[in-house]
Amino acid sequence: MGANSAEIRRTTSKRTPADRWDHFLARWGVNRLGHRVEPGLYALGAPTPDSPVFVTANYTLSFDALRSALDGVSAYILVLDTEGVNVWCAAGKGTFGTDELVRRIDLSALGRVVSHRRLILPQLGAPGVSAHEVQPRSGFRVEYGPVRAADLPAYLATGKATPEMRQVTFWLRDRAVLIPVELRHVFLPTVVAASVLYFTAGALAAWGAVAAVLAGVVAFPILLPWLPTRDFSTKGFILGALVALPFARAMARHGAGLWFGIASAGALALVMIPVTSFLALNFTGSTPFTSRTGVRWEIYRYVQVMAAMALSGIMLAVIVLVISLIRG
Amino acid sequence: MAIRAAVNTLEYNVALCVNCGRCSEACPHGVFAPGSDAAELVRPEACMECGACQQNCPTGAITVDSGVGCAYAMIMAALKRSSDCGCGPKSSCCS
Repeated sequence: MGANSAEIRRTTSKRTPADRWDHFLARWGVNRLGHRVEPGLYALGAPTPDSPVFVTANYTLSFDALRSALDGVSAYILVLDTEGVNVWCAAGKGTFGTDELVRRIDLSALGRVVSHRRLILPQLGAPGVSAHEVQPRSGFRVEYGPVRAADLPAYLATGKATPEMRQVTFWLRDRAVLIPVELRHVFLPTVVAASVLYFTAGALAAWGAVAAVLAGVVAFPILLPWLPTRDFSTKGFILGALVALPFARAMARHGAGLWFGIASAGALALVMIPVTSFLALNFTGSTPFTSRTGVRWEIYRYVQVMAAMALSGIMLAVIVLVISLIRG
Repeated sequence: MAIRAAVNTLEYNVALCVNCGRCSEACPHGVFAPGSDAAELVRPEACMECGACQQNCPTGAITVDSGVGCAYAMIMAALKRSSDCGCGPKSSCCS
């Protein structure tokens, strides 16, 4: 600490191939909390005591988004220790917060490096920071910049964030980048479940399970705004039903005898639909707009329905299996 | 179709507002807008309970039961009978 912490590291606006590889791994959730930048003060370009100071988290994707948006700008970047977590999630936890900000200003001796007393924070850091407490405790005045680092040049030019810059968005691109990490979460359980199904209920059921999972973690994030209804669970029920339909139809034709076919098809659909819906409900944690009250409401309202559907589907499947064994 | 009892827990006491503008600066969903005498609550239904406005309101005019709207975290917390978790090292859940 001490002398070491007060040193100013240098950085650039360039993204090297090594940075891009690091971003790729981070998007796939490899070494989830290992994508870190050393906390402390950084000099970008050739800053003077009058240059602006930007604050960010010590997650490579956050730090790199900031520095590459500031191409051609000379500035200081103060990196807080958020334990390798992005600004928004760290602010929710409070690690991107008033205490760490005040501490880091002190440790980096920022007051001696710059002559002004103004900090530009990412707007999404606001849930963790009390601007009116930072000023009396550090002497620095907090200014919230735009939500997206890409808007910083425009913000610096006018000194103002427009209402558009203040609004968080969740476009297709923002949703699509989350798919790899979602896939990684479900990979192992899906392979296990599909293998078990393959040997007990057949290939069709195994592929049905894979399709239900992919619908929940790949198709759902992509289709989110276009699926009808507001609740994530009901959006998931609709998507799950659409995906289950062709599998159920194939299953019905597959079965020996009309009632047998219908029962097998029903069992498959009753399991597939809640799987997709549950994964859809879980996607709430990845969006920047679901409230805790709203999600709690959804859990109380729909999780029991999902469990009941899956359970009755499994029971029906067992009955079908037993009967088919008896019949030989 | 059932009607949702409460969309969120956001409460705003306009009498305490000193019109500093911080809430409209901090809110990522345009819930508050700058007014002539006091901040205006323009889109209460868009609130996601992130807590940014409350954190940055110097007079306590805004209260919200803030937390992470993450189903996985809440289900896990319910199963473990602990309080809701957030994102990050100790309770990695959200992306």
